[in-house]
Amino acid sequence: MTDAATLVDWAVQLSLALLCLSFAVTVYRVIRGPTLPDRILALDMLVATAIGFIAVIGIKTGYTLYVDIAIALGLVGFLATVAFSRFILARGPVQGDDGGVETAREGNSANE
Amino acid sequence: MSSFVAILIALMIVIGSGFTLVAALGLLRFPDVYTRMHAASKAGTLGSGVVLIALGIEAGDTGTLTRALAGVCFFLLTAPISAHLLAKASYAVGYPLSDQSVVDEMPKSGDGANSESR
Repeated sequence: MTDAATLVDWAVQLSLALLCLSFAVTVYRVIRGPTLPDRILALDMLVATAIGFIAVIGIKTGYTLYVDIAIALGLVGFLATVAFSRFILARGPVQGDDGGVETAREGNSANE
Repeated sequence: MSSFVAILIALMIVIGSGFTLVAALGLLRFPDVYTRMHAASKAGTLGSGVVLIALGIEAGDTGTLTRALAGVCFFLLTAPISAHLLAKASYAVGYPLSDQSVVDEMPKSGDGANSESR
C-alpha cells in the first residue's frame, strides 16, 4: 500500500519535471518563433501543457474538480486558436513586418 | 488504491508527460510552421489526453472518469480543427515552406498571395 503511494508520488514528481521542461521549451518558441503562426502554435501547445499540469496536480492533491477546469481551459484554447487563425487570414499577406518571413522568402527564392 | 491501479496511473502520467516533452522538442527542432504543427497538434493532444484519463482512473468514481473521457474526446475533436485552420490561414496568407521541403502540393491555390511560392 505504501509502496503504491510512493510509486505514484515519484511518478508525479517526474512528470511535473518533464512538463516544466516542455513548458520552458515551448515558451522559448513563443519568444523566438520567427513568424506569427509559430507563436500561435506555441500558445496552443502551452494550453495543452497546462492541461497536463492541471491533471497531474489533480492526481497529486486528489481534488477531482480539476477535470472541469481542464475542459474549460481546452475550450478557451481552441477558441483562441480559431480567433488567431481568423486574424491571420483577415490581416492578409505579410508585408515584411513580421521578423523572419522576408528572409525566409529570400532563402526560398535563392534555393530555386 | 490497489497496486495495479497505482502502477497504471504512474505509467500513464509519465508516458503522457513524455509525449508532451516530445511535442515541445518537435516544436523546437522542426524547420517551419507546418512541420511544427505536425508535432504540436498530435503529440501534445495525446500527452494531455493520457494524463487526463489517468486522473479519471485515479479518482475512482464514474462521474469523474466520464468527465475526463468527455474532455479527451473534446480535445481529440478540436485539435485537428484548430491545426487545420491555422495551417490553411498561414498558407493562404503566404507564409513560406521550409527550404528542405520536397513538394508543395497546392502551389496555385489560395487567393493569389502565394503566387510567388512554388
